[in-house]
Amino acid sequence: MIKKFKDADMQLVIGWVLRIGVFLSMSVVFLGGIIYLYRHGHELPGHTTFTGIPAFLQTGGGIIDGIINMRGRAIIQLGIILLIATPIARVLFSAVGFVLEKDYLYVGISILVLAIIVASMLSGHAG
Amino acid sequence: MSILLFTIIILIGSYLAGLLGSLTGLGGGFVVIPLLTLILHVDIHYAIGASIVSVIATSSGAAAAYVKEGITNIRIGMFLEIATTTGALVGAILATYVPTNYIAVVFGCILIFSAISSLRKRTEIIVTHKNVLAEKLKLNGSYPGANGVVQYSVTRVVGGFFMMIFAGLISGLLGIGSGSLKVIAMDGIMRIPFKVSTTTSNFMIGVTAAASAVVYLQRGYIDPGISMPVVLGVLLGALSGSKILVHSKSSGWIRWVFVIVVTVLAIQMIYHGITGKI
Repeated sequence: MIKKFKDADMQLVIGWVLRIGVFLSMSVVFLGGIIYLYRHGHELPGHTTFTGIPAFLQTGGGIIDGIINMRGRAIIQLGIILLIATPIARVLFSAVGFVLEKDYLYVGISILVLAIIVASMLSGHAG
Repeated sequence: MSILLFTIIILIGSYLAGLLGSLTGLGGGFVVIPLLTLILHVDIHYAIGASIVSVIATSSGAAAAYVKEGITNIRIGMFLEIATTTGALVGAILATYVPTNYIAVVFGCILIFSAISSLRKRTEIIVTHKNVLAEKLKLNGSYPGANGVVQYSVTRVVGGFFMMIFAGLISGLLGIGSGSLKVIAMDGIMRIPFKVSTTTSNFMIGVTAAASAVVYLQRGYIDPGISMPVVLGVLLGALSGSKILVHSKSSGWIRWVFVIVVTVLAIQMIYHGITGKI
């Protein structure tokens, strides 16, 4: 028989999801940062006016291409996306935890929070 | 100034911001945004984007440590995240339409408010009478205190929920964790015990920030060249801060230093906002 899944187990799992997410994403950002500085460190920064971000970082495909070509900023951006995904993964794991606890009210609440985040993603595209 | 020097300056500044933010419990974003905009003349949109990324890193890192101790109330967190993420979504969309000088003024005001409220002594009132909504939502809980398990109830759920929408909105608009507003909602309105409200608010900040970060990411606010030193610096600073906190108990004077630094920065932000220099 499987041991009953309790709040304490969920807290343990959530703790690990967050820890791994932060460690992994920060390692990727650090690696990307080293490559970025190696390639562009001597250039002049231009951040005084808002011009968005370079075209190759605006799409998923562009970022993947950039990573394959070892472009530092694409690797940093991957790390940042992993970091943003960390708390979202935490909500997902909580939802699964509530299913195991058979707490369907909180399964619903977790799904609602995920839905709001998905709506944020879509609203970003709309503008 | 080369990109290398620019990056090193941001890294050091962000480290100090993370250190101060962790020691005072106000978060790193409050110092990072003025540092980038006022001193390094970075556009405020990039500053907000970089700050929100650092907020996710520090809150997730801290939440990972807290959640194991069994003080964080995951149900309160999840329930109120409905409010904070909704607010964050609205705030992040507003941020793309509101003129930057208004954002600077609002930022300055929230900054002063948070600094003052961090000085005020919080009074803890643990309620045990039953609130119908809190019972239905299973928000009441217990945590391991110094003298055994402390049982607590939650009250004024609706009021707390609306305050959380506002906290989320400010977080999304300004790119900060807005922990001080969350604290008002949680211990001021809902009467959640300090230990629980502090850890649970921290637990929620990551998700709230992620909801606005996905908007910022697509609008081009999150520039890797600026976000990289900010996130690494603030996270390392916050880590050092948490180590110091364990070793020394007197953070009274640090709080005053922070309040003075923050007030000066806030006045600068408001001034620059009003004169249209941001």
